[in-house]
Amino acid sequence: MEVFNTFFIAPFADMIGSPIFLLEVVIGGILAGIMYSLVALGFVLIYKASGVFNFAQGAMVLFAALTLVGLMEHSVPLVLAILVTLAVMIGCAYLIERWLLRPLVNQAQIILFMATIGLNFVFEGGGQIVWGSNVKKLDVGIPEKSFEVGGVLLNTFDLTAALVAAVLVGFLAIFFQKTSVGRALRAVADDHQAALAVGIPLKTIWVIVWSVAGFVALVAGIMWGGKAGVSFSLALIALKALPVLILGGFESVPGAIIGGLLIGIFEKVSEVYWGPAFGGAIEGWFAYMAALVFLMFRPQGLFGEKIIERV
Amino acid sequence: MKIRHLLLAAAGIVVGVTGVTEAKRAYADDLFFPVMVYRTGPYAPSGIPIANAIQDFVALINKRDGGIEGNRIVSEECETKYNTKVGVECYEKLKKKHGGAMFVNPNSTGLTYQLIPKAAVDKITILSSGYGRTAAADGRVFPWVFNFPSTYWSQASAFVNYVGQEIGGLDKLSGQHIAHVHHNSAYGKEANPTLQTLSKKYGFKLTLLAVDHPGQEQKATWLQVRRKRPDWVFMSGWGVMNQVAIKEANGIGYPMDKFVGNWWSGSDADVIPAGDGSIGYKSTNMHAAGTNYPVFKDIIKYVYGGDAAKAKANNVGEVLYNRMINTYTFATEAVRDAVKAAGGKRPNGDQVRAAFEGLNMTKERLAARGIGGFTWPLKVSCKNHEGDAPGVFIQQWDGKQWKLISDFIPAMSDVVRPMVEKAAAAYAKENNITPRSC
Repeated sequence: MEVFNTFFIAPFADMIGSPIFLLEVVIGGILAGIMYSLVALGFVLIYKASGVFNFAQGAMVLFAALTLVGLMEHSVPLVLAILVTLAVMIGCAYLIERWLLRPLVNQAQIILFMATIGLNFVFEGGGQIVWGSNVKKLDVGIPEKSFEVGGVLLNTFDLTAALVAAVLVGFLAIFFQKTSVGRALRAVADDHQAALAVGIPLKTIWVIVWSVAGFVALVAGIMWGGKAGVSFSLALIALKALPVLILGGFESVPGAIIGGLLIGIFEKVSEVYWGPAFGGAIEGWFAYMAALVFLMFRPQGLFGEKIIERV
Repeated sequence: MKIRHLLLAAAGIVVGVTGVTEAKRAYADDLFFPVMVYRTGPYAPSGIPIANAIQDFVALINKRDGGIEGNRIVSEECETKYNTKVGVECYEKLKKKHGGAMFVNPNSTGLTYQLIPKAAVDKITILSSGYGRTAAADGRVFPWVFNFPSTYWSQASAFVNYVGQEIGGLDKLSGQHIAHVHHNSAYGKEANPTLQTLSKKYGFKLTLLAVDHPGQEQKATWLQVRRKRPDWVFMSGWGVMNQVAIKEANGIGYPMDKFVGNWWSGSDADVIPAGDGSIGYKSTNMHAAGTNYPVFKDIIKYVYGGDAAKAKANNVGEVLYNRMINTYTFATEAVRDAVKAAGGKRPNGDQVRAAFEGLNMTKERLAARGIGGFTWPLKVSCKNHEGDAPGVFIQQWDGKQWKLISDFIPAMSDVVRPMVEKAAAAYAKENNITPRSC
């Protein structure tokens, strides 16, 4: 009876008893989820355009943030540092296409996936060799002030992150749906050879998509680095993006956002209301569990494309 | 022609024999300090100052003193990435090098747990100074493990003692509310039993809040802190968890002078990302920060050739750098005693262990080694490997540097020691160990 009360009565009674706190937890989850979405977007871009799960996305976030903060430590002004970092990420995209993807055209997806594992180590190691492994403070001028609205605590940094994510999603949605480059990206994702046959320049497309993923990594790096400092741990935030991708679908930009929000809310609500029953720190594995349960009912995720193959 | 060849051959033999003898002499006298550290990976910001300090200290002893009692220290670094499995490989790789390790400092609680049974077989002393298995303070069950100057449990009790001091006495703890925000690992949970015992004894409310590895997202934890409004928050964190926790605490407006980290949650890397938001944050420590002690002047002079800027860039004076200077001063003194016991030669494992067990770091000895006033004196014994003076200092971040703001605060050994002995007895029973009599 006590177990029943702990898991099925007490948490809901607590929610009803303190609706303002529940609202605060949900909003906290939404704001955390947006931060996950920023990372998940990078995965989606690469997957959408090349069908490759980019294992190195977390390391790209780290590399971009390290480069930005490293430049700023050398007295490079913020805007110039961002532009130079963006140029570095575009340069990386070019090198990745030239040295990694081009030799592997038409190889099985697992081969490309393995190649991104190698790329992950290159970004992690390269970033630390060039910029060091010490934790660095990243201040891009986003205000960090807390304030209450109707008893709910909000933070200007979190709200800015939400705004940035919204703008980014809008930009990416237009880019994929309304531009010829976006349509070409989708065509390449469907079939490399067919895309080549109709005259889509595969090399250029890959450079573009990896550059955009590099840009998204930079944005994620700025937001996460501003929140927790820039250190190797940034590479681990990819782990937070995986349940988001499972839930939202690997090839959907809106899916990454909705998935992020759902995972964020689910994490926070489960941690606050059910965490004590498990000894706490359940949000990480609860998110994966929720994603796996979801997979049982909708394997392609919320917005993923249902693949039907003829036998 | 023949004479020339003969002369060359003779010269060659002389050079060869001399070289071999010299090498053998050097090999026979060297004192090997294996260095198991992590300069890469998620915990590198904490591992780098630790690694730099060990290398600098070894260089200082060799350059300034010509080694320990005339015996050169040889060190070799192995990158563990703060990964227990890799750390065990490092231990196996290094343990017999250069005539055998004098002692090992695993720099990881998880790794210490793994090495405890191995080191006893290999007759290598483990020094887990301020970390590792708390029960190892009972030297009757753990003869090869030393965890002076304080264990996690003693540290937690000293924190409660500090709270008592701040609020006007331990009798006023009743009605207080303390939250323990901890890393969800063996290390992070170490303080929980002590806090629970003290909660019952003194009547304060205790809330335990675990944070998942690596701790980049802690919104749920700090929303609970905001809701429960504890009077004090004690933190056992590591790596990025500390940095995020300080920012989140600041974000919910939690008073930073009521937020106290343990000594692995109070380094320079922990407070820098939060900027001014971390001003007022406190933590326990076992020594001072900064370079205002003779040993650091010597490091700058002998290791950095007087280049203070270069020394600063290599973390000299930072909390975790100083932690290792403290640890290795104690270890070097133990090895010095062992070398003396071995008649000036390289001591064997038993002699090193006996020296650690008989280590008496008096006020005068600390001053002689350049750390007078930097830490507190202590004496290790066969029964008590934690030393006879467990406790903490409290330090506070002022926005630019850590400053000690308290005198020595003793642990509640009357509560902690029986817990240690109980845990050690349970370990002995589980592992069929017959405790020594001391």
